[in-house]
Amino acid sequence: MDRVMVLLMGFISIMVINNLVLTKFLGICLFLGVSGRLDMGFGMGAAVTFVVTLAGTLTWLIDHMILRPYGLQVMQYVSFILVIAGAVQLVEMYVRKFFTGLYDSFGIFLPLITTNCAILGLCLFINLWDVDNLPEAAVLSLGAGLGFTLAICIMAGIRENLRMADVPACLKGAPITLITAGLLTLAFMGFAGMVR
Amino acid sequence: MAGLWGENPVLRLLLGMCPTLAVTAAVKPALTMGISVIFVLVCANIVVSLMRNLLKSHLRILMFTLTIATFVTMADLFLKAYLPAMSETLGPYIPLIIVNCIIICRAEACASKNGLFISVVDAVGMGLGFTLTLCMLAGVRELLATGMFAGHAIMPKAFVPWAAMGLPVGAFITLGLILALVNQITRKRS
Repeated sequence: MDRVMVLLMGFISIMVINNLVLTKFLGICLFLGVSGRLDMGFGMGAAVTFVVTLAGTLTWLIDHMILRPYGLQVMQYVSFILVIAGAVQLVEMYVRKFFTGLYDSFGIFLPLITTNCAILGLCLFINLWDVDNLPEAAVLSLGAGLGFTLAICIMAGIRENLRMADVPACLKGAPITLITAGLLTLAFMGFAGMVR
Repeated sequence: MAGLWGENPVLRLLLGMCPTLAVTAAVKPALTMGISVIFVLVCANIVVSLMRNLLKSHLRILMFTLTIATFVTMADLFLKAYLPAMSETLGPYIPLIIVNCIIICRAEACASKNGLFISVVDAVGMGLGFTLTLCMLAGVRELLATGMFAGHAIMPKAFVPWAAMGLPVGAFITLGLILALVNQITRKRS
């Protein structure tokens, strides 16, 4: 029971309290790039969730099964990025085959998931926090992905409405989006201290 | 040298937002970050430019990332050895240089098409533009959040620090306002 509790707390913590986008600034490029429309935001969130779960779990395995026993931590970054690139390639092929419309609307952003800081960032954070068992690593990765989806969907919802608002000319586009994101982090700060 | 203003990576192209926001709570880490990025950017551009004729198109991005990852590992180990405190502060954001869009973008847009000299100059320009922007943002935030600049108190005693500027909120809103300022200047000129 204790185990389950710890996992659940970790899940909630990474999803809302330590949300990667809003408190750790990871994945901002994507967050600003595809949050213009709700359906695209959600599709991208789903793709990132899949990749991050896969990558987080795999990199934990590689780190603990191969790199640490043989003292190869120097290779960490290189091997992490390889795993991520492989996972993204997989998703890209899948989306191109089954969701052609979505594939076209993503354009360049889909291969760019490889260079999405959220994914590598999470792998590094798992490493940094010394997560020492596989279920916890997997749950944390999934939570991080869902947290990203949550943030990008909220953002997309706000931006869809923002289009009707009368924004001063110099604030149009990126500046107002950043300021909105800032206010969103303020809202998410309300969750701080809930667990851990 | 368009990277300094005309094509400033952060302010104009909106690249590399993640380190820009994350390490700019104070000037010193921002400067360290900027210098590391310049190092990686120059080295990666040199290597990519030298091997541009050998690259197969579909494996291109992968090769770029691997090259960059190698240099980032070097920078990371260097910081750990000589500036352990700074390495602690920057935490995972140094390895995250690997996925900094600026570097991949320059490798793709410049180094894979141009010769050595142009690539190096481009890398230095872009890197300096990035560093300057970072320092500007960090300067504003550190000044308002703690009343200090690079660790030296310069605001009068009566100044009440704005704690929020040191938090994520401050990062997003300051950058938003700086971008708005840049937009305004550009519009005035044209």
